[in-house]
Amino acid sequence: MKRNGAQIITTLIERQGIDTVTGIPGGANLPLYDALQSSNIRHILARHEQGAGFIAQGMARVTGKAQVCLGTSGPGATNLLTAIADAKLDSIPLVAITGQVPSAMIGTDAFQEVDTYGLTLPITKHNFMARSAAELLKLIPLAFELAESGRPGPIVVDVPKDIFLQETEFDAWPEPWVKPAPDDIPEAKITPIAEAIREAQRPLLYVGGGIIASNSAEDLQTLARKNNIPVTTTLMGLGVFPPEDSLSLGMLGMHGARYTNMALDEADLILAFGVRFDDRATGKVSAFCPNARIVHVDIDPSEISKIKPAHLSIAGDVGQAIRALIPQVDANPRSEWTARIAELKQNFPFEMPPNEDPMQPVNLLAALGNMLNGDTVVSTDVGQHQMWAAQILPFRHPRSFLTSGGLGTMGFGLPAAIGAALGRPHARVVCISGDGSFFMNMQELSILAELNLPVTILILNNRRLGLVRQQQELFYGERYHASQFHNVPDFVALAQAFGIEAFNLGDADDPIAALAKALESPGPCLIEAPIDPMENVFPMVAPGAANSQMITQSGAKA
Amino acid sequence: MRKPVIDLLVDNHPGVMSHITGLFSRRAFNLEGILCGPIGDRSHSRMFLMVDEQDRLPQLLKELVRLHDVQSATLRHDLDSSIFDPLQATGEIAN
Repeated sequence: MKRNGAQIITTLIERQGIDTVTGIPGGANLPLYDALQSSNIRHILARHEQGAGFIAQGMARVTGKAQVCLGTSGPGATNLLTAIADAKLDSIPLVAITGQVPSAMIGTDAFQEVDTYGLTLPITKHNFMARSAAELLKLIPLAFELAESGRPGPIVVDVPKDIFLQETEFDAWPEPWVKPAPDDIPEAKITPIAEAIREAQRPLLYVGGGIIASNSAEDLQTLARKNNIPVTTTLMGLGVFPPEDSLSLGMLGMHGARYTNMALDEADLILAFGVRFDDRATGKVSAFCPNARIVHVDIDPSEISKIKPAHLSIAGDVGQAIRALIPQVDANPRSEWTARIAELKQNFPFEMPPNEDPMQPVNLLAALGNMLNGDTVVSTDVGQHQMWAAQILPFRHPRSFLTSGGLGTMGFGLPAAIGAALGRPHARVVCISGDGSFFMNMQELSILAELNLPVTILILNNRRLGLVRQQQELFYGERYHASQFHNVPDFVALAQAFGIEAFNLGDADDPIAALAKALESPGPCLIEAPIDPMENVFPMVAPGAANSQMITQSGAKA
Repeated sequence: MRKPVIDLLVDNHPGVMSHITGLFSRRAFNLEGILCGPIGDRSHSRMFLMVDEQDRLPQLLKELVRLHDVQSATLRHDLDSSIFDPLQATGEIAN
């Protein structure tokens, strides 16, 4: 058969199981759009390529499958960069297909020419520039393989315009890539870890995004409960262990509860499963779990002992490791250690706000938490609202909390929420944002209105870059600079201008009832919640300090 | 003093050198010398990299192996940095 490059890409991504792509057309990728037009693939027209990148990420984060975003050459590609880098740091499978100027014009500073290959090289798991249409038969399945295999990540395929149009003759379509079952972990690697657990008096599971990527939350719960090992999760791991469980320690690190970081200090064995010892989790590394042996299990061999030397380690699938461990560990009540955990929780609890003002952000999010059902997906932007959400919302299921953990990208929340609603069609999606973050991708309200998706946006509006203001207060002698917006739009009117239902919680007689009502809206809804700009996220570990040195609400105000 | 040499077998295509040198620069590893050329049917290249790292060599090797284009990375003890000596012999800088 004879096909051009654009038709090859379209057919191959369709055969890969992709039914929805998102992007923006332009000069260099118009041939691809021409091929898409006659395919069965649904196209979501983002309003900015960064929005497209995060819509695709939202779909990928809820489905666990690589998703596709498209951009043209030059600014189309540069606008995608932030979403690609974000996918790299959070290990999200993403395939970005960019148009490039025709091969003969590469290197001439042609209109909308930029070195996409060079720009994306350090922020992708791997990248390609297609040099012929025939090569695409290999590159496209390989792009999906690389995106989803091992430690997932973003792949860029840069395609010059003439390659989209080049025709090639071939006999058969290549088979789509199918993710194989993960390799078994050799018994010899498991036994010493089981032994270490048996010998430990105060073991603790420190788990992260790897548990979600390997779909092993239930196995993790089985292991933890069988041997009564308390579990703390990273920001990326929220949802893998139910917060109501007495073994749950919630999130660790910079904004973790005091009892969590104190338990880590007392542990004699850390089971670091699907984590990478990120600085926001560990604080000052030399003071992290100073009394513990470290067992590190991660799919990426280059993460083992990168930050903290491991006494025992497995470079392999964490789900396989956990399933192999379960029969090898004893049922152990660990009554002394679990009693100590209960005592730490009792004596050093997460401090709720001193008043019951429903517009206090932690109180407001706690109320929201009571309204979420099992299917709800929450996305956040980046800042104070993100940390409050991570601290207070009860995440009980993997892939129910989407947040930009590694790169910390403001502007993530809205497009990721749109992607989540596309990827999980019957779920309610709640995007928790702040005014500062919302500014960064609010153009996507337009596509949200067009798609009429069940996305509820809650903007905690403090007219500030709140986490910046907080750091200026705590660490820069209250010298506030460039952290306040002196002009803030009426977000309600703004949403209404896009055709989206909206209201201000500050105007509601009963804000909690109004919030509950908004969550029942069948389509999109934006809620603006004015909050006190002087609110801080507590507890907090100063950047670079040890996790044991936490600044608390009562301490800071004393 | 002799410096370690890493022997890399890589896929030969435009861009592979960027992948290698890009890793060195973004991870702040020192790269002191590169000797590189296609081998066999030219589908692969061999690279000798002279490095000025001791403590972080194991991490560097792990990150090199992780690159898709890298087929193997070995620390060679039968080679030494003298293969880069001709660089010094002709190292005069004309002004």
